Amino acid sequence: MADQAPLICRDIHKTFAQLEVLKGISLETRKGDVVSLIGSSGSGKSTFLRCINLLETPTSGDIIVHGDPIRFTNNRKGERVPADNKQVELIRAKLSMVFQGFNLWSHMTVLENIIEAPINVLKVPKKEAIERAEAYLNKVGIYERKDYYPAQMSGGQQQRAAIARALAMEPEVMLFDEPTSALDPELVGEVLKVMQSLAEEGRTMIVVTHEMAFARDVSTQVLFLHQGVIEEQGTPEKVFDHPDSERMKQFLAPKF
Amino acid sequence: MFDLKGYGPALLNGAVVTIELAFLSLALALALGLIGAAAKLSNSRIAVGAATAYTTLIRGVPDLVMMLLFYYGGQVAVNMLSDYAWEAYEIDFFFQFDPFISGVVTIGLIFGAYMTETFRGAFLAVETGQIEAARAYGFSSWHTFRRVMVPQMLRHALPGIGNNWQVLLKTTALVSIIGLTDMVRVAEEAAKAERMPFHFFIPVAFVYLALTAGSELFIKWLDKRANAGVIQEN
Repeated sequence: MADQAPLICRDIHKTFAQLEVLKGISLETRKGDVVSLIGSSGSGKSTFLRCINLLETPTSGDIIVHGDPIRFTNNRKGERVPADNKQVELIRAKLSMVFQGFNLWSHMTVLENIIEAPINVLKVPKKEAIERAEAYLNKVGIYERKDYYPAQMSGGQQQRAAIARALAMEPEVMLFDEPTSALDPELVGEVLKVMQSLAEEGRTMIVVTHEMAFARDVSTQVLFLHQGVIEEQGTPEKVFDHPDSERMKQFLAPKF
Repeated sequence: MFDLKGYGPALLNGAVVTIELAFLSLALALALGLIGAAAKLSNSRIAVGAATAYTTLIRGVPDLVMMLLFYYGGQVAVNMLSDYAWEAYEIDFFFQFDPFISGVVTIGLIFGAYMTETFRGAFLAVETGQIEAARAYGFSSWHTFRRVMVPQMLRHALPGIGNNWQVLLKTTALVSIIGLTDMVRVAEEAAKAERMPFHFFIPVAFVYLALTAGSELFIKWLDKRANAGVIQEN
């Protein structure tokens, strides 16, 4: 079971009201993969990421996390909903997410943010959760800020704390939703550096990003989404240097 | 010392009644407010309808009318029910409406409606990202409610709770009309007997003022604690 795919998505569709945002996206990851999802705004890349941990329920398609397919059913209105909320909670605990807006719980200190889910969701003993949190805070370089509240830190520090929170779940896959888009330009580097070190450790990551250098240098797979479909897919060399799709060429073309 | 003409102990007892009444009503109002807000924000149309009927009805009727209706009307209803039970089933039950309990229930019901609106607004003010992060980390709905929504909501609700509490405290003065010997009732009797209204009502006014000023300080302190982690913009 060691090399079971951490995450498989098959033919994911998502429709909001009348608008079809995702028109059949499939993705298969191996352990240690770093998948970059790129594309212009509105291409559906964030929606796809949010479908993976069911913050949005896909209209159709399968999601299989480490061999465990998520079960769906239809509610009274005929909408597709997860069949078993407990299963969803268990699966989310294996797919920790880093948000664009950090979303650290603002009434808790950094340390409290990081130990909350391990203690209450994974049932890790408190002492162990704190040790684990401190180790990850060291790793992202903000150990000395552990008793600060999120609002007392810079955006870059907050995002690193949010990455430590994700790491403390020791997840199967880490999901990053435009982790540097809300940061001042001079703070982007510190977050990307942490993410690169995670990739080098062999963590499985799916990253929605506008950082083309990161996608090119760190990813093992790149998906270029356009209007809800995968326009181009492959290794960074293939996608960036020899794209087949016209859209991808346009996307990469210098803008000025 | 200020001479209360022997009414001192009675006034003191009245003040204790006022404080007990206020705190018990507050507890009831907070509980009803949380339930009402949860109902109004739920997906159940029945719950939304019931909570809306409750707040519309209560907030639309004067407190005094509510209190009279509840105390006298409640007693009449109990009498009728008791008569009917005896005639139809020979069941013997009766109870006297206690003015203290009537007061707590009426004031609790009234302020529960205001608290419902305070809590509802406060829940809506919680940023969706905070709740989304909880869901994304596998929290159950109850855990999300308890650990994220309630603590974050309280920050937004506290000013409203403080405001409602001050009005509630002063509304307790109404119970003297249903025969409860609170501080106002004692003062009224004393003022009439001694023909000294200032002499008795001014101390009562100061007790209310001390209570409201004290609770304002307490709420400021709570507010500071609830706002830990929030940078105040000046």
